Amino acid sequence: MLITKRVEFSASHVCRNPALSDRENEELFGAAANPHGHGHNYVIEVTMEGEPDPVSGMVLDLKKLKDVVNREVIEAYDHRFLNYEVEPFNRVVPTPENIAVDIWKRLEPSLSKDGGRLHAIRVYETPDLYVDYFGETA
Amino acid sequence: MRVTRKYRFSASHRLHAPSLSDAGNEELYGKCNNPYGHGHNYEIEVSARGPVEERSGRVIDPRALDRLVEEQVLQAFDNKNLNAESAVFHNVVPTTENLAREIHRRLQANWRAAFPAPWPVLDKIRIAETPRNIFEVSENEQA
Repeated sequence: MLITKRVEFSASHVCRNPALSDRENEELFGAAANPHGHGHNYVIEVTMEGEPDPVSGMVLDLKKLKDVVNREVIEAYDHRFLNYEVEPFNRVVPTPENIAVDIWKRLEPSLSKDGGRLHAIRVYETPDLYVDYFGETA
Repeated sequence: MRVTRKYRFSASHRLHAPSLSDAGNEELYGKCNNPYGHGHNYEIEVSARGPVEERSGRVIDPRALDRLVEEQVLQAFDNKNLNAESAVFHNVVPTTENLAREIHRRLQANWRAAFPAPWPVLDKIRIAETPRNIFEVSENEQA
């Protein structure tokens, strides 16, 4: 069974690879490379897979899942400029793809303890653009 | 990694199978067989799949996907009458099943021109005809 917790945060970012010139970044990312940055209301969906516990009837306690997501992700990301204030986005472009990978890394160690297994991270950058990451390594 | 982009278009259609009688069509499609047609606000989700490219941190350039969908889907269907204005639906009933297949076919046929590298690939198409009727076609599922 899959269960999903949805949380939100707001942050600014600029799509800019520090290894590339301004012109190359402009070509690669267009308006998203504006050096002053811009922001989004991000929505994250954390999906866990597991069987309901016979006593509690729950795969895991969604309140606990929310606490872990708040502690590991939201406290770090919310109302921040990701490139300047949140590791590893000083080195890695904060695209929704890379944000999903980072969220997986932040959550996975804490979520392997209390029942269930991390199945997917979905990151909405806007309501019309989202990514799904299943922990695969490229 | 899968990346999904959502687009919208509005179009009209009429469900009417030419091989059936008027009574047979009325019985099969009900209100959807109204001779003057009716319309929907379609929402389509186009999903691409591939590894995250290191240089850009992306699976796909959303601007390139927007161009492909604009040329192949939105220009063809937005504010159109599907039965009258789309050649494929002269002989095929424009159910949203068939529309999903046609959109998948159009994107697949033009995918390599837009994305010449091995990745990303077209993963699936999801269409909501209304917020309550949803259709999905995946890679390699085309009949």
